[in-house]
Amino acid sequence: MSESLANPLLPAPYRVLRNKRNTHDVFTLDVEPVKGGNSPFFSPGQFNMLYIFGKGDAAISISGDPTKEQPLRHTIRRAGVVTQALEQVKPGGVLGIRGPFGVPWPVKEAEGQDVLLVAGGIGLAPLRPAMYTLLANRDKYGRIALFYGARTPEDLLYLSELEQWRARFDLQICVSVDTAKRNWMGDVGVVTKLISKASFDPLNTVALICGPEIMMRFTIQELKKNEIKSGKIFLSMERNMKCAVGFCGHCQYGPHFICKDGPVFRYDQVQSLLGKREV
Amino acid sequence: MESLEKILVQHPFLKDLEQKYVQLMVGCAANVRFDSGTFIYREGEDADHFYILRAGKVALEIHDGGRETITIETLGEGDVLGWAWLVPPYRRHADAHALELTRAIALDGKCLRDKCRDDHNLGYELMMRIVPLITHQLQATQLQLMDVYGVKK
Repeated sequence: MSESLANPLLPAPYRVLRNKRNTHDVFTLDVEPVKGGNSPFFSPGQFNMLYIFGKGDAAISISGDPTKEQPLRHTIRRAGVVTQALEQVKPGGVLGIRGPFGVPWPVKEAEGQDVLLVAGGIGLAPLRPAMYTLLANRDKYGRIALFYGARTPEDLLYLSELEQWRARFDLQICVSVDTAKRNWMGDVGVVTKLISKASFDPLNTVALICGPEIMMRFTIQELKKNEIKSGKIFLSMERNMKCAVGFCGHCQYGPHFICKDGPVFRYDQVQSLLGKREV
Repeated sequence: MESLEKILVQHPFLKDLEQKYVQLMVGCAANVRFDSGTFIYREGEDADHFYILRAGKVALEIHDGGRETITIETLGEGDVLGWAWLVPPYRRHADAHALELTRAIALDGKCLRDKCRDDHNLGYELMMRIVPLITHQLQATQLQLMDVYGVKK
């Protein structure tokens, strides 16, 4: 058992192997334990607390492949002091990690069904491990579709992987951006519009959504229009997480602690809270 | 070759429209195609037609003088292009640019307006189909304005 699992409040040192830029404000860190050995097992949708010693910590979803042995991977958007500091870490640098934490995507429960993944912006990062898991067990699922929306073509993540996935005959990959210059030949418009292009069995479909809250609300409206039941819709919520184990209350969301009871929730668990101005 | 009536009936925009109204619309319809790169219409032009898209991809573009042209939406099979034919002064609000070979049914806006004036039930049926398109575009614009993928300040 790793030290961070034995004591969930104690960060373990990890060495940065690679710091790769994805877009102008998004980067991916590959890390491995300083002490050697493997990183702890994680499930798709879980997150770690990443520490820059002397600066602070931030909750970051794991974006790597849980089905393969590879460095622990996090895709991070620069949005504050800690993530700015993480962006500056060079290969060989050391940071602290606690985790993994949180309720994962229900990929096992989705076996035998069609699966829709709807991602907005950086929301593709927490969904990518789910996609890897679905693809590693492709024969256990029905139709799989990914709908991905971003601000502009320059903000799209994981372009080479999107191209590889799009080249497969057993996946539907639809990408849309909010605005684009004329040289963009793909779709322009809100991501929710893509859902009407999908073919799926509404009674036998699980939808996994991750993105800005308002985008998730509009996506849910569209899924409901397509007769997907609330109990089959899952979303990953984002709040300011600190302890990550439900002690501190920073991420309280109505009766839930997002770090412990989430970040992945079934829609009917949070339906009454979504869209409220203050929770 | 498929008849215009059959093509119109199969399009989602006219789903469940009574046959007598479809037949009225056929009188205002023409089969059209636009090669990749051509402009279907330009901002400021008279909005004489709207288009029921059968295949291809169309970009709605806006521009501000010397600045670069921005695509605000793309439309494709199953979509409807243009609603300015219904709202005075019947002028285009954006450029429509075929990004690939596009096939559509063009409907003459003036012809349809006259038919709607003569038969208000047809007008009601069309309005019930057009208003959701306008609403959708309004909601999409709201989301775009909110810049939901931007970093929260």
